[in-house]
Amino acid sequence: MKNERIPSAKEKDYQRRVNERMPKSKTLSQCIRAFVSGGIICCIGQLIHDFAKLTLNYSESNVAAFTAIVLVFIGATLTGVGIYDKIGAWAGAGSVVPITGFANSIVSPAMEFKREGYVLGLGAKLFSIAGPVLVYGISASVIVGIITCLITGRF
Amino acid sequence: MELSAYIYAFIIGGAICVIGQLLISLTRLTSARVLVLFVVTGVILTGLGLYEPLVRLAGAGATTPLTGFGYALGKGAIDGAMEDGLIGAFTGGIRATAGGVAAAIVFGALNAAIFTPKTKK
Repeated sequence: MKNERIPSAKEKDYQRRVNERMPKSKTLSQCIRAFVSGGIICCIGQLIHDFAKLTLNYSESNVAAFTAIVLVFIGATLTGVGIYDKIGAWAGAGSVVPITGFANSIVSPAMEFKREGYVLGLGAKLFSIAGPVLVYGISASVIVGIITCLITGRF
Repeated sequence: MELSAYIYAFIIGGAICVIGQLLISLTRLTSARVLVLFVVTGVILTGLGLYEPLVRLAGAGATTPLTGFGYALGKGAIDGAMEDGLIGAFTGGIRATAGGVAAAIVFGALNAAIFTPKTKK
């Protein structure tokens, strides 16, 4: 019972200020924006997918490749002309998570470090984020492939 | 071209981006780490057979986020392993994603060479 005490007005005021500063509502609005922008980018992907499949009559694997190539082209070009960063300021993760964000993560540092030369500046920094993504992604895929070999018994 | 495909693409694609946003907002994970995490998660979920149903449901809603890049890597490695055994396990992932990776390198280099960064406010 003796632990129970009524918070003083000063403490209440402090708590109120803390709650005010907590970025809860900010997180919610960020999530809504990520949802809308990510959804729109995926719909653009679906549009490209359908165009490749229904209009160009590509095979299943070529449809996937075509869609990835066009989305990467869009992401890289919008980054180059400076529009993607403006989208990103509003969209947050909605512009990071799609493959257009992967393209953005390639162009941005490469453009930034171009002044350090075309080999160790542009060429190397192209992979400052894409590098880790490829390292861990490809490594994981090879492990999954090897496990598949172990399960099926085909080597 | 069906409207329902676009609705699913929007909802599932948007939801995957919300997961990324929550990771960035709540855990202060950098976007580079989110990208790595999403690709590896995509590969693992594909290996467990859990991502394929999502792709069938949501189409580009599941393949456009970076988890979809992981899905392409994982599916390529599995298909390769089924066809060519160990060699396929090594070649399958990159083969399936070659288009996107080559595009990222070429368009990335071209754009970086042509444009200079806009000064930030």
